Formats: sequence, C-alpha cells, structure tokens
Amino acid sequence: MAGIQKMISVAAPLDRSNVDTDQIIPKQFLTKVERVGFGEHCFHDWRYLDEAGTQVNPDFILNQPVYQDAHILVTRENFGCGSSREHAPWALKEMGYTIILAPSFADIFYGNALNNGMLPVKLSEQVIDVIMKQLLAEPGAQMTVDLESKTVIAPDGTCYDFDLNDFHRECLLKGLDSIGWTLQFEDAISEYEAKIPAWRS
Amino acid sequence: MGQTLYEKVFNAHVVREVAGETPLIYIDRQLAHEVTSPQAFSGLRATGRKMRQPSKTIATMDHNVSTRSLAIDACGDQSETQLRTLRANCEEFGVELFGLGHINQGIVHVMGPEQGLTLPGTTIVCGDSHTATHGAFGAISFGIGTSEVEHVMATQTLKQPRFKTMKVQVNGKLHESLSAKDVILAIAGVTTSSGGTGYAIEFCGTAIEALSMEGRMTLCNMSIEIGAKVGMIAPDQTTIDYVEGRPFAPKGDAWDEAVEYWSTLKSDDDAEFDAVVELNADDISPMVTWGTNPGQVIGVNDPIPSPADFTDAVAADSCAKARSYMGIKDGQKLTDLAIDVVFIGSCTNGRIEDIRAVAEVAQGKKVAENVEAIVVPGSGLVKKQAEDEGLDKILIDAGFEWRLPGCSMCLAMNDDKLGAGQRCASTSNRNFEGRQGRGGRTHLVSPSMAAAAAIAGRFADVREI
Ligand code: SF4
Repeated sequence: MAGIQKMISVAAPLDRSNVDTDQIIPKQFLTKVERVGFGEHCFHDWRYLDEAGTQVNPDFILNQPVYQDAHILVTRENFGCGSSREHAPWALKEMGYTIILAPSFADIFYGNALNNGMLPVKLSEQVIDVIMKQLLAEPGAQMTVDLESKTVIAPDGTCYDFDLNDFHRECLLKGLDSIGWTLQFEDAISEYEAKIPAWRS
Repeated sequence: MGQTLYEKVFNAHVVREVAGETPLIYIDRQLAHEVTSPQAFSGLRATGRKMRQPSKTIATMDHNVSTRSLAIDACGDQSETQLRTLRANCEEFGVELFGLGHINQGIVHVMGPEQGLTLPGTTIVCGDSHTATHGAFGAISFGIGTSEVEHVMATQTLKQPRFKTMKVQVNGKLHESLSAKDVILAIAGVTTSSGGTGYAIEFCGTAIEALSMEGRMTLCNMSIEIGAKVGMIAPDQTTIDYVEGRPFAPKGDAWDEAVEYWSTLKSDDDAEFDAVVELNADDISPMVTWGTNPGQVIGVNDPIPSPADFTDAVAADSCAKARSYMGIKDGQKLTDLAIDVVFIGSCTNGRIEDIRAVAEVAQGKKVAENVEAIVVPGSGLVKKQAEDEGLDKILIDAGFEWRLPGCSMCLAMNDDKLGAGQRCASTSNRNFEGRQGRGGRTHLVSPSMAAAAAIAGRFADVREI
C-alpha cells in the first residue's frame, strides 16, 4: 500500500448528507471475489440512467469532465452510513477518491477507509459548508490536504487543521499493513489466549 | 465510578492498550458468509498467512442464495462463484460451513444464536453491519469490513476504539399487538438514523426486560440503523434459558462457571453514560417508515411530515427528496398507500416468533389481490420449526409464498427484488433508496403490521384487525 503524504488535487463537491454504502456501491456489484473492478460501478444509480450502466447521467455532478481527475471528495454529514461492505471504499478509491472531507462519517466506513489507505477528514459543518460553496461556485477548484501537518487548504487559500489519531496517521504516512502491525504482538495474544476461561474457548 | 456493561466486556478482552494507540481486543467468534469473506481469504493466501484459530470462525451461505431452489447456480454465475469460493475457502482453511441444504444454514445472525455460538460476555464480529444483533445476549458484537475480517482470521484480534456509551431506557408496557420492531423504530424516530454514531448502546428498562430473546435480537439488530456499531442488553434468566443446551454452548462445569460470570454482566448502579435516551412503551404505536432512512418513521396514524415541518434546511431537503423518491403525494396518509409487495424475513424479523406473529394475523384471512407476499424463514431450523407447528399451511392458505431460508429481499442480491416504483411493506431493517431493487419503495414495519398490510392491500393499524 502506497503512503499518503500530501495531496494537491481538484476537489469534487457531492452536496448530500447521509450518502449510504448502498448508494456508493449497489449490492448487485458485490458478487465479485476480488478487490478490484468496483470503481466503474461507484455511485451507479446516480451515475447512470439505466441499470446496465451504458447511459451516463449528465446531471450527476461527478460525471462532469472537470472532476474526472479529482482525488478529493467533499460531502456532507454521516457519509458511508449503512452496510459494512468494504466494497464502498474500494469503489471510491478505484474511482480516484483517496481523500474524503465531511463533517462526520459512519463508524464502520471510517475504519474501512483507513484500512484501505484512504484518508477520511472530519471538519466542522460550518467549514464544510464554506468549502462546499466555494467548490460549487468554482467547478474544478483545487485543494491541498497535507497529512504530515494535518491541514487542509480550501480553494480560497484558507488553511484548516484536522484531527487524526497518531496510529492511523503513521500507518497512512508509511503505507503500513495493519495485520503486520498486530503480528508484532503475537506474544501478547498468546498470553491472553492462555488465560481464556474454559467456557469461552 | 462503576462500569457499564459495555466497559466490563470490553475490559475483559483487551490484549494491548497503550496511550495514543487504538486498543487491540480479542475476538471470541467470527461469523462469515460468501459476500464479505472471499477477499479476506485471498489476502491470507497472498501473504502466506494462516488462520490463527480456524475453529473460532463459522460460515454459512445466506446473502445471495435463492429462496426458491437449493441449486448452487440458481442465482447466476457470479453468485455461484461466490458460493463455490466460500466452500473451497472453508475446506482449505478448515472452517466449519453450513452450506446450502444443511439444516443449520441460514442468515448469519439467525444461525449464530440458534447454534449457541452467541454467548453473553463475548466479542463477536462478522462482515455485515447487523452483527449488533448478538448484543441481545450481552456480547460486544459489531459489523466489520473485509480487511478486518482478514485481520481477525490472521490474529484473532482487532483494533477497536472505546466507544462512548449511550443508555436507551424503555419503561412501561407495550400494547399486545406491538413488538420489538415498533420499539426500535420508535427509538430511531427519536435519535434519527445517525444519533447513535460513535456510541455503544445499552438498551434497558422494564419494556426491554419483558422481551423474549427474539425480540431483543430484533432490537439490537437495528442499532446500526441509528448509527451505533454496538447495541447490548444485559443477560438475565431469559438469556440463560435460551442459551442452555444449544450445540455450541458450554457444558458441565464450564457452563456453571459461565452462568456465574454472566450474573456480573450488568451496568453498575453508579455507572455513567455519555448520553441517555428515554421512551415510554405505553406511548408507542405501530410504526411505519415513510422515507428513505430508518429515522424517517411515524406511527401508522400520524401525518407524514412535509418539508415545511422542518426548520433545519438539510432535514427539510432530505424530507423533500425522500417524499419524492417514495412517491408520496400531498395530503396522503400511510393508510392511503397501496402495497405491491410484502416481504417477511431477514435477520431482523425472520425468527420463529416473527413467523408466528404473521400466522396469527393471517389465520383464516386472504392476502389482498395484486399483492405478492413472501415469507422467508431466517434459517433451516426456523423453517422446520414453523412447519412442525403448521404455520406454513396457515400462511400458504392465506396466499403467502413460503420460501427457503436466506437474506432474500432484505438486500435483494438474489432474484427476490422490487421493480421500479413498487411499494413494499418489509420486515427488514433498511429502507435506503434502491435497497430492495432500483426504484423500489420500502416501508419498514413489524411482522404483524406486514401481515396486516398484506391482507388490507394497504397499511393498516394491526390493533384494529
Ligand atoms: S438479512 Fe439483510 S441485514 Fe441481515 S445479514 Fe442478510 S443482508 Fe444483512
């Protein structure tokens, strides 16, 4: 997994709250047994006019040409609610969005995104509202997200701090695999297992 | 200061906890199914890692099995590939599997408790967000993503933050025609669909204590629908009676030791919660969702909200979007809405008690013309029990279809799905746009309300049927 240090990219505004994982990747695409091939179906029901996905919906904002190389997605509260499917972050990442800015994220989605080398950035509702308006007023505007300093630079140049737990920050910066991290503590796991009562083993 | 139930169980599972790091906790049990496990198994294979404790993971087939046929290829090539992949992975890694046609096969969250895999005071995970169901036994149980499934396979642990705690207390007495589903929907109406985000919930109060294990599972199942990964209920005699004697439950001395420990699993009197929500069961009426998230819910006779009822611009907008998606016109009441499909099943309401409730309402009546009503038992054992009690006959005579176990129209990955614009009274847990089929309109209800809707052809107050 490649690490994330600093990203300068076009930011795409998705002006909706409660975007759920069924919307991000509808269930008919969950029948794959690999981790790839989900990007083209990301936001399927909004992105395409037909079930087969052959007619692109020109009204869906992320379909606009200016957003085709965007790596930052800015959206509203409770992003990623609903199903635990990790296909949602896989799909978003494959579509190009490695960084997502929102006032809040659903708990399972937040963890899944981090586990896939994506950066979910929580900013206040007011700040997101300001950024959203700037992006809508100026399609194709760029933003900077710097993980090292934990800052975001809005299109108008204002800099905002964000918070991320040190462990996740380390893993993202270095592109660490979390199983490898845990396996360093195999002794602690064995010690724990030795003490498990009979009814629980 | 005392500890909450959640804190007690969490503390008993800490493997490593260091300041600045997310705690590492031990996982007692993992449940697996065909949709969220293949990439985890292939991850192990790619890195040459083994499963640490294969006997602590149990698998079943549920998400995309057919409810009409036991053939493995009944739902198309890709589903067949997933089912075959699961079978091959379980063989290769030594995981016990309840596959198609096995009497124990069923929805993970129905199968686990039935088998005694779900025990108080344990940690249980599964790649499905409704894993909180098992919290009904006083377990910390939550849905995880596929990377975490792989993490548990390789290490039998997970990194989990300590959540804030929320107490949801429901006192009073529920009307006899109402059930746990009405209670959780009423709670969602108060908290909204995201009010529980970041919390582990403990449900308590006299109305909760009065619930059967089935009812408690329905309640905890929908914790995620109010945003909480974890929902729990303190174990009591009802819990112990349910668990005793089940295939995977402890036996002999281990059982006695367990029961003694379980009696300590309740929040201390002086434990503090970060948030408290209180409801009175006497005030709850049969609940029906009108919108596209479970928090958009009202009593069956209440007026459907319109955007003008909200001061918050985001809520008003989400109300307008939901009304338009759901095809609700000005002045319409829930009882005016004609139903096309009725779905009874899912890990929320696919247990024996749910099927009994439907049969009770349906007995001697007929499903309305133009309504397609299907009943999908949650597991092979539920199906058998219902048939032993003759419930299948009552349902078939009334015009319901009696199907094979699986998730079915809860997420419509198989061929049970809504067509665009079709309106469904569903006992499942999610009414998101397109959840039951592109353009399909889902209204969440209890099993008896679903049965009442099937018979009336529109939503009806089950207390009046
Ligand atoms: S019945 Fe629905 S919610 Fe339950 S496990 Fe199956 S898909 Fe998930």
